[in-house]
Amino acid sequence: MSDSMRPMAIQAESLTKKFGEFTAVDHISFSVSSGEIFGFLGANGAGKTTAMRILSGLSFPTSGKAIVAGFDVMKDPERIKQNIGYMSQKFALYGDLTVRENIRLYAGIYGVERRLIAQRTDELLSRLGLTGERDTLVASLPLGWKQKLAFSVSVFHEPKIVFLDEPTGGVDPAARRQFWELIYEVADRGITVFVTTHYMDEAEYCDRVSIMVDGRIAALDRPAELRAIYGETTMDGVFCSIARSATRKGD
Amino acid sequence: MMRGEAVVVDSLCKSYGSVDALTGVTFSAYEGEIFGIIGPDGAGKTTLFRILTTLLVPRSGSATVCGFDTVRDYREIRQRVGYMPGRFSLYQDLTVRENLDFFAKVFNTSVEANRALIEDIYVQIEPFANRRAGALSGGMKQKLALCCALIHRPEVLFLDEPTTGVDPVSRKEFWEMLMRLKREGITILVSTPYMDEASLCDRIAFIKCGRFLSVDSPAAISSLFDGVLLSVRSDSMYRLLLDLRRIPGVRACYAFGDSHHVTVERGAIAPSDLASDLEKVGHSGVAVDRIEPLMEDCFMSLAGGAES
Repeated sequence: MSDSMRPMAIQAESLTKKFGEFTAVDHISFSVSSGEIFGFLGANGAGKTTAMRILSGLSFPTSGKAIVAGFDVMKDPERIKQNIGYMSQKFALYGDLTVRENIRLYAGIYGVERRLIAQRTDELLSRLGLTGERDTLVASLPLGWKQKLAFSVSVFHEPKIVFLDEPTGGVDPAARRQFWELIYEVADRGITVFVTTHYMDEAEYCDRVSIMVDGRIAALDRPAELRAIYGETTMDGVFCSIARSATRKGD
Repeated sequence: MMRGEAVVVDSLCKSYGSVDALTGVTFSAYEGEIFGIIGPDGAGKTTLFRILTTLLVPRSGSATVCGFDTVRDYREIRQRVGYMPGRFSLYQDLTVRENLDFFAKVFNTSVEANRALIEDIYVQIEPFANRRAGALSGGMKQKLALCCALIHRPEVLFLDEPTTGVDPVSRKEFWEMLMRLKREGITILVSTPYMDEASLCDRIAFIKCGRFLSVDSPAAISSLFDGVLLSVRSDSMYRLLLDLRRIPGVRACYAFGDSHHVTVERGAIAPSDLASDLEKVGHSGVAVDRIEPLMEDCFMSLAGGAES
């Protein structure tokens, strides 16, 4: 299917968020196709988290428009929440609940039927190689396992879109790759993946990436096109040449 | 010339209940070097840092920092080291300036007395001097934490994954800062999940399951890479990854930015044969090139590959 034929998972038009005098997100416009892996890059403080909170129905824009999974962020934020998954590096699972309890909690919150929860939990644990850890407290799992589990929990209810906020921060190189194979699998099933990362090799795994600078989208394209446009051999080079133009220093 | 040893670790062991975190770690870090500690999550890196900063007592073995024993002489060590833990642990509801003043006073000094050492980073956070630390962005928090760890001009700096969550530009700035501190003669022990940073260290220790597997310069570790490394591309990268793993003679295969890196036994498969094998199973736009391993490839190999 050509890109223009695919239904849009996310459409943002002139999306803006101000906090008092400060414009955190400054008229950003872009769209993400269903099933796409979209990398949302930017320096610390560029406005990524603010934009992501609006797109996931947690915050209203000051102006502009966004349709996510078919729903308007202004009118239907609750419907958006039902149709997306979300995971962040900072908070994803409850450390003092076991692996199984975390799955049951989140699946229950998203309204997955009890019968399905039991069946899918077994499948999931065996796929992740965590069957032996089902009654282990999440706090005692190594970070890489925790993040893979958190991701699997965030797509347990088969959302249309999953938002991942620095999911691999601090994760070692081997575990990061296992994590990205999980991302590939869900994208293959048609789930749209919207992901932020500071690892520029991971930017290469995305179908398209945008780079935010000072609240605006400074570049948006396929990684190969961006490397060609900016005359760089790596995404790290592209990112640095774009982000060094920032005037906002980290906040 | 013999260089002094800033950190000496001998057969260090630590367990938590039935879990062995360190199982006999031995190494020394020289004065004025940047010593990198890398390894999989849960390998014992943080435990090692906590013992060296006198926050934990080992079960057996010994360690000295600046010539002082970590158990017996902990007071001496605490005067001489700076520690930046992996988790942000400054006071979130104090401002930037209040945090700095607090840490300076704890060490009986002042921000002004040590301003020269932290000047380069401090000017970047100074515009936010009156902002609460909890309200800073990730990159700024790290810069403040580094300032606080440096405020008493330590001889040895322990940095536990200092650049996690930090964007690529800030990461480069952070490492430029570490290079300047090294020139000031400060010894730096740093752990990192970023292999481009590991390559910047004078020497690296690779830790796995509580043991050091190898300690050497980045170049020497790269030269130990076993096998032939190929970079492989096609028009369908995810399918390519799965297909490559089915090819006999492929020892390991993982995604690596815009290509896949494939390790094969020496003499097992010629790049041209691999390309035609892939074309036979329907791949187009196939490119196979022999490449030299980077530190990240060495990590993957030492860590036991993506399948472990």
